[in-house]
Amino acid sequence: MLQSVIFYALAAGTIASAAAVAFSRNIVYSTFALLGAFMGVVGIYILLAADFVAMVQLLVYVGGILVLTIFAVMLTQGIGDVTISNRAVGSVPALVTVAIAGAVMLYAIAHTRWHQAALHAAAPTTYGIGNAFLGDYVLPFEVASLVLLAALIGAIVISRHEARE
Amino acid sequence: MVPLPHLMALSAAIFAIGVLGFLTRRNILVMFMSVELMLNAVNLAFVALGSRLGTMDGQVIVFFVMTVAAAEATVGLAIIISIFRGRETVQADDLTMLKW
Repeated sequence: MLQSVIFYALAAGTIASAAAVAFSRNIVYSTFALLGAFMGVVGIYILLAADFVAMVQLLVYVGGILVLTIFAVMLTQGIGDVTISNRAVGSVPALVTVAIAGAVMLYAIAHTRWHQAALHAAAPTTYGIGNAFLGDYVLPFEVASLVLLAALIGAIVISRHEARE
Repeated sequence: MVPLPHLMALSAAIFAIGVLGFLTRRNILVMFMSVELMLNAVNLAFVALGSRLGTMDGQVIVFFVMTVAAAEATVGLAIIISIFRGRETVQADDLTMLKW
């Protein structure tokens, strides 16, 4: 019962924040609403007993991607003209597209016979995740580190000032 | 115990909002944030399905999605900063140098 109340409160907060990200006219409000959306997802991960994923979401998304996004917004937008810099176009075709896609998704969700495993007590997930990373998923794990290294070097090369002679 | 269809519906709702934001906004930064929302929605679906299935695989895949999201964030924002430095704009409508 309490779990349901917490879930629906978190879901409402997450959807409201996501809507603010996508529809706010002020890009600074959009960026800070992204914090609410990420934190709502963290709460739902904790509710689903995915403790390690929740903490990594907090570190990577809130601590990394969000801070980086705020930096980009502050570096590219003049603060004076934020209110007119975020205009929306083509709302009708976009709404039609999303309405069709949403209807398909809701139909699929409502008509699938979801597998329901027997409930087990919430246990720490780090043991299983570590075993999976160094067992079945060891190749993707190593490739992921290469991807991160390439992204690191690429970001430095792209964003630095060219040295003028 | 939250019913699984409700979790999936939440994921679908966040994803739909992300798609709508990506299609309607013309500021690259907001389009970028909408992509992050979509990635989060998919992660949520993975964790929800994994927890109901009783396996760890859903959560492991979330880490790979997060890796890609982090790489996309660093490179994407570097490109945006670089474009802004050269052209003084972050509006997608103004960036037509590849359009013939």
